[in-house]
Amino acid sequence: MVNKTVLHAKHLDAGAKMVDFHGWEMPINYGSQIEEHHAVRTDAGMFDVSHMTIVDIQGNDAKAYLRRLVINDVAKLTVAGKALYTGMLNEAGGVIDDLIIYFFTDTDYRLVVNSATREKDLAWMNKQAQGFDITITERPEFGMIAVQGPNAKAKVATLLTAEQQAAVEGMKPFFGVQVGDLFIATTGYTGEDGYEIILPETVTADFWQKLLDAGVAPAGLGARDTLRLEAGMNLYGLDMDETISPIAANMAWTIAWEPSDRDFIGRDVLAAQKASGDQPKLVGLVLEEKGVIRSHQKVITEFGDGEVTSGTFSPTLGHSVALARVPRSVKVGDIVEVEMRKKLVKVTVTKPSFVRNGKKVF
Amino acid sequence: MSNIPSELKYATSHEWVRSEGNGIVTIGITEHAQDLLGDMVFVELPDVDDEISTGDDVAVAESVKAASDIYAPVSGKVIAVNEDLEDSPELVNSDAFGDGWMFKVKLEDESELEALLDAEGYKNSIDED
Repeated sequence: MVNKTVLHAKHLDAGAKMVDFHGWEMPINYGSQIEEHHAVRTDAGMFDVSHMTIVDIQGNDAKAYLRRLVINDVAKLTVAGKALYTGMLNEAGGVIDDLIIYFFTDTDYRLVVNSATREKDLAWMNKQAQGFDITITERPEFGMIAVQGPNAKAKVATLLTAEQQAAVEGMKPFFGVQVGDLFIATTGYTGEDGYEIILPETVTADFWQKLLDAGVAPAGLGARDTLRLEAGMNLYGLDMDETISPIAANMAWTIAWEPSDRDFIGRDVLAAQKASGDQPKLVGLVLEEKGVIRSHQKVITEFGDGEVTSGTFSPTLGHSVALARVPRSVKVGDIVEVEMRKKLVKVTVTKPSFVRNGKKVF
Repeated sequence: MSNIPSELKYATSHEWVRSEGNGIVTIGITEHAQDLLGDMVFVELPDVDDEISTGDDVAVAESVKAASDIYAPVSGKVIAVNEDLEDSPELVNSDAFGDGWMFKVKLEDESELEALLDAEGYKNSIDED
């Protein structure tokens, strides 16, 4: 059984090449993935992300439940609409999923998790809910469109009501607000300015068409991957999974260690890993010559071997970039080798972030 | 369905061969192949004067998706390569049978062309994929 989003017909109309993405038939590109990438970096592009899983957590114990469930601390969220990126771990400290949590009140939160991990996420959340006074409600009746790029907000603004415009005016990054039909959030997966918009399925295709008419270019999963990788953002299943600690996946910044008595799932394991300092780390790799670094290639360093977790050609930079998990002693600026197509190729280690707001950042 | 010009010869590994007369052929990859690969980012070509044999991996087409070997569909000597692909690999996407050509070969044995597929045969081979 292949799932289709409410925008499926729109993708076919636009000449999309469709692929199976974890059980969803989704657009990989609409002709040229590189042109779609550039549209997002230089103007405005949009992605159908309606396949992503939206889960509302509500009830008297919603806050206490989430403080146990995820590694960041939702108690830090005190302003309505504020969002938090974090991870949900198993007891062994491995990442079950990464997610965004929007705070409305202490008894009302919205989570957006990956679609590929939907079933295991919901099963885990339900299992952990025992003893908490909460309800866990999946919201499949919503579509979701990410509009990203330097001109994204201005182009979306042409479609908003005066009330909606007033609500998003000056909204800081990582906030969301519900106005009328639209939940508009200043989040994204590209390293550019823009919105992620959650809206009822009944109006999603119409909104998509209005964005097209406003000059927003549709962009597929191919461009989504090169954009997120340039921005140094993890992709679940490649850069981390249930066998990987957040410390080894550039997610340590999402762990809230204080207050020390908050007993989140996986805390003991992470604390021991932190103390021993033996976890590998996620770094960036840059290859300025010809060739493209690809996932799962071996990385050879003087401190031991590592592995490329995600690699691609960076359309913005014109050469290959990658994320790789390597021994912790490897430093930014080191030259290491990647085994590419039976050859050893020298690459430079960087911080795991390459492009932000259209500019090179390493 | 992608374009398969009837005047060309083909290999099942998706290379096309155009006879230019005097035992010289031009070689590239088909529109169907570039469509499978997606946007091209690097093309590594053989060197002029290389002696190549049918079935050798002589070039690499690297796209956003994957690196793919390109095999010599005929034997002979490389007499020219498409240097425009160095800066504009996307020509392989936009004009696979024209400006996206890869290299030219002086055939060792002109009868080798007869062993290649015609347009109909190539169409059948990709329909089986």
